[in-house]
Amino acid sequence: MKMNQKEILLKVWKYIKGYRGRLGLSIALASLSVILTLYAPVLVGAAIDYIVEQGKVEFTAIYQLLLRLAAVALITGLCQWIMNLLNNHIAYGIVADIRRDVFARLQRLPLRYMDSHPYGDVVSRVIADADQFADGLLLGFGQLFTGVLTILGTLLFMLSLNPAITLVVVCLTPLSLIVANFIAKSTFSLFNVQSRTRGRQTAFVDEMIGNQKVVQAFLKEEETLTSFEEINEQLERCSLKAIFFSSLTNPCTRFINSLVYAAVALSGAFAAIRGNISIGDLSCFLSYAKQYTKPFNEISGVVTELQNAIACAGRIFELMEEKEQLPDKQEARLLQQAEGFVNFEKVSFSYLPGQRLIENLNLKVRPGEKIAIVGPTGCGKTTLINLLMRFYDVTGGCIRVDGVDIRDYTRKSLRLNFGMVLQDTWLKEGTVWENIAMGNKEASREAVIEAAKAAHAHSFIKRLPNGYDTWLTEDGGSLSQGQKQLICIARIMLLLPPMLILDEATSSIDTRTEMKIQEAFGRLMEGRVSFIVAHRLSTIRDADQILVMKEGSIIEQGNHEQLLNKKGFYYQLYYSQ
Amino acid sequence: MKKLLRFLKDYKKESILGPLFKLLEATLELFVPLVVASLIDVGIAAKDTGYIMRMFLYLILLGIIGLLFSVTAQYFAAKAAVGFVKKIRQALFAHMEGLSYTEIDRLGTSGMITRMTSDVNQVQSGINLTLRLLLRSPFVVIGAFLMAWNIDARVAGIFGLTILILAAIVFGIMFLTIPLYKGVQQKLDNVLSATRENLVGVRVIRAFGMEEEEKEGFGKKQAELTHSQLFAGRISALMNPLSYCIINIGIALMVWKGAWQVETGVLTQGAVVALYNYMAQILEELIKLANMLINLTKAVACGNRIQDVFEMSSSQEYPSKTRKQENPHMPQVVFDHVSLKYATGGENSLNDISFSAEKGMVVGIIGGTGSGKTSLVNLIPRFYDATAGKVLLNGIEVSEYSKKDLRSKIAVVPQKPVLFKGTIRDNLRWGKKDADDEALWEALTIAQAREMVEQKEGGLDFEIEQNGRNLSGGQRQRLTIARALVKKPQILILDDSSSALDYATDAALRKALSQMEARPTVFLVSQRTASLQHGDLILVLEDGELVGTGTHDTLLKTCKTYEEIYASQFKKEAGG
Repeated sequence: MKMNQKEILLKVWKYIKGYRGRLGLSIALASLSVILTLYAPVLVGAAIDYIVEQGKVEFTAIYQLLLRLAAVALITGLCQWIMNLLNNHIAYGIVADIRRDVFARLQRLPLRYMDSHPYGDVVSRVIADADQFADGLLLGFGQLFTGVLTILGTLLFMLSLNPAITLVVVCLTPLSLIVANFIAKSTFSLFNVQSRTRGRQTAFVDEMIGNQKVVQAFLKEEETLTSFEEINEQLERCSLKAIFFSSLTNPCTRFINSLVYAAVALSGAFAAIRGNISIGDLSCFLSYAKQYTKPFNEISGVVTELQNAIACAGRIFELMEEKEQLPDKQEARLLQQAEGFVNFEKVSFSYLPGQRLIENLNLKVRPGEKIAIVGPTGCGKTTLINLLMRFYDVTGGCIRVDGVDIRDYTRKSLRLNFGMVLQDTWLKEGTVWENIAMGNKEASREAVIEAAKAAHAHSFIKRLPNGYDTWLTEDGGSLSQGQKQLICIARIMLLLPPMLILDEATSSIDTRTEMKIQEAFGRLMEGRVSFIVAHRLSTIRDADQILVMKEGSIIEQGNHEQLLNKKGFYYQLYYSQ
Repeated sequence: MKKLLRFLKDYKKESILGPLFKLLEATLELFVPLVVASLIDVGIAAKDTGYIMRMFLYLILLGIIGLLFSVTAQYFAAKAAVGFVKKIRQALFAHMEGLSYTEIDRLGTSGMITRMTSDVNQVQSGINLTLRLLLRSPFVVIGAFLMAWNIDARVAGIFGLTILILAAIVFGIMFLTIPLYKGVQQKLDNVLSATRENLVGVRVIRAFGMEEEEKEGFGKKQAELTHSQLFAGRISALMNPLSYCIINIGIALMVWKGAWQVETGVLTQGAVVALYNYMAQILEELIKLANMLINLTKAVACGNRIQDVFEMSSSQEYPSKTRKQENPHMPQVVFDHVSLKYATGGENSLNDISFSAEKGMVVGIIGGTGSGKTSLVNLIPRFYDATAGKVLLNGIEVSEYSKKDLRSKIAVVPQKPVLFKGTIRDNLRWGKKDADDEALWEALTIAQAREMVEQKEGGLDFEIEQNGRNLSGGQRQRLTIARALVKKPQILILDDSSSALDYATDAALRKALSQMEARPTVFLVSQRTASLQHGDLILVLEDGELVGTGTHDTLLKTCKTYEEIYASQFKKEAGG
């Protein structure tokens, strides 16, 4: 699903389109300011031509020219300023548009995508790539545009002044490009070595600083410092090489520029002797020779930057092109308050095509039942929950809630009928109160506290620095895993949805609190359906149905007594604990 | 940032020679307009082709010498920058290792890693830039001014004025925008964390049907970012156009003044061209300087972040030598009215805890979520200092021990089983550097890991990947236990370190520990009463308070909390 550059640019254009007017204006202003910038030396040169020698100075003419120069300077400055503002608007505007679109897209991507891509990767697309794209493409484009324009303009001006000297300049300038390219190519491998060494160092730092408490507990500070020193020395050596060789670019191109400059001076002087060129023109030429070579150096840098920007844009669009989840059906129903009939009918599912996970699963749940799912790690317990919540869709058969295929409900209404607490807790940046009231922002203070009490979270929340108004940083900050789970449970206690999913929801909570929470749930869930994934079998003995899963399929099914009597896998599991 | 510069000390030679050669190169460049001026005034005026050729060769020569100088300058600059940063990294690493747990908590792991990597790299390019280019521009500007002054002092006045105005503009804009750009960075961080949060919480967000709200929240944060970017951009967009305007107006004034000087016979036409060239040079350098200063501010910001770490001193001090004699008649570990409050605030995590543990005892610690179990054991190796009361080891306070003496007596198996990249042998030898294989196998046997290691390809030579990724949780846990045993400590702290082990392995481990020849005093933190049941002393914690001490049997009678915990776990036997 790699896009080629043309496709990417076409998509980029869609975003630029909204800024067409501003872009056009910006280009016009850029052209104007390039022309004026080139015109300024002409004015100065002309003025100098009126300053021949003592007694031969024409002040009125000079005055006129200098007034014009001042005007040109003011207009150029104004053009550049407005152009900069426009470019900022375009660049930041486009990034904001792209980010908003990507983010909206993320809300519609199937869970499959999130589960199979590291967060860091997605985040870096939304943040870093978008930034790089804006900087590179728009600013790079601006530089490239003015650069090319400057070169062309300078050429024209020079040609109009004196074609022969122009030829000298044109023949010599590519030298600096060649040299710059040569240096870039030969330092590439040095940079490679540097970044590899740097990578090794980062990995080492990550490991040792990341686990510093262990390092200290084992008094290993000195040894790790010595190993660090070794890598550090290596890095020093290869960085020095890479940095030094790459920093030769500037002196070398500057040297070539001075060659060009000298050549212009020489040929200009001969032309002046023959009377082909005035002194003012020569000084103008010399300043052009400087201006002319500069964009060449810049352009070679800009081209890499542009390539980079396109690559970044490609990565962003790749994300945007990801297949969305199936939209809700047009005639999809709203599930109001489910009664609690849940049926799995010949359900089959697997994460990867060809792989077998759940096959021909049948299950009937009546309102008020407690269903427990047990089994070793990786047996597909969490998969069942993914299917119930429609995080993933079944690949065969169907799941019915109150007799209707869940794919015929809107996702949102279906999901709101389930209260879900996962092992991996998630708290939003915000106050404790906001986190508990997540599902019902209008909840009263009392209701929230009531829910927290039921979840046995009240006593620790009370002791936080600001109680319920304590601000939690991303993912709960300093709260312990168990405390986070309690808050997540309080969240559900507040809502009391008709169906409940607890996926190892109490795994980090001590057994006594767990038991109390279970009791609270038991009271609150009277008449509601609950699905419980549990590690500790002691907590689910009173379930109405226990599904024992192994390698994706349900191998035993029944209540606690029945399963024990069977003396099968459940029996083994139960007595190994 | 300033204090970081002490690391340049060892590179004094380089950091002087680098800019010095730059200076020489810049000086050469200043001769160019002079050469051109005499080429015009003498060569062209006299139509002297020989003179013109000579001037041409001078120009080339100036170019070649300039190249040599600048290459030398680049070398010294690179060497100083790279070396400087190496020293910083080294010192930073050492400094971080000396920080106590309190500071580690405050900085956070990712904070320390970014400082060590990206911040340091920013500083490196900043220093390199400064030595190479930043000093060059002021040289050229001042040099051009002096040269102009040499040609004609009165015209040079215009130069001086122009430079002053430009400097005021460049620094003024920088002064205004630096805080603005800091704000932009902050807003970008917000957008980043909103994205991350959304990804991490995708299941909950969708379960609560909050997609629209999330979009709204993100949109708001992005809008704030765009707004502040545009605001800062509006000011910095002035930099180039303003300098361009002012320079050109300066040029106009200069030519006008020059015209008068020529008229009165003070200056020649060539001199005016030279003056013009100098002005153009100033323009070019100032624009470069302005752009560079923006980059430099970034490096300074990063340097300050690093400096903050250096300024963070360890809140704990260790005597270089243990100050007092151990008292063999005292119990091995004594807590005397100990309280602990973390620097991060909130209430006491431990409150008025007192108990004593004799040598060779197995001390069990149990309690609910967040009751302070780990906090308690962390006080023994002095990972944190008690905020009130005393912790005594062998009769003397832990703060009287030297770091080395204290830590070598105690081995800790942390909650999270951490292993390092390297072989199993390397990892186990963390406990004792020169331990032989026999000692390692012995430790592995007690830790119930012998069989597991034997089955691994290469046995002790099996390569563990970073963070022990290629081992299961239970395997890692057993290896961390073995690693602690290799140390042959007086005190062994197991902080809920058998949670990933099944009941049978856990029991076998406890049995093996109790049969060890030189048995350490064991502190066993657990949530399972079964693991602690046979301990000589059990401490029951609740919300940081010690609510029960005693053996299993007495606690069942005297401690309601313990009884409840026990009941919650053994209901299945009781119920059938």
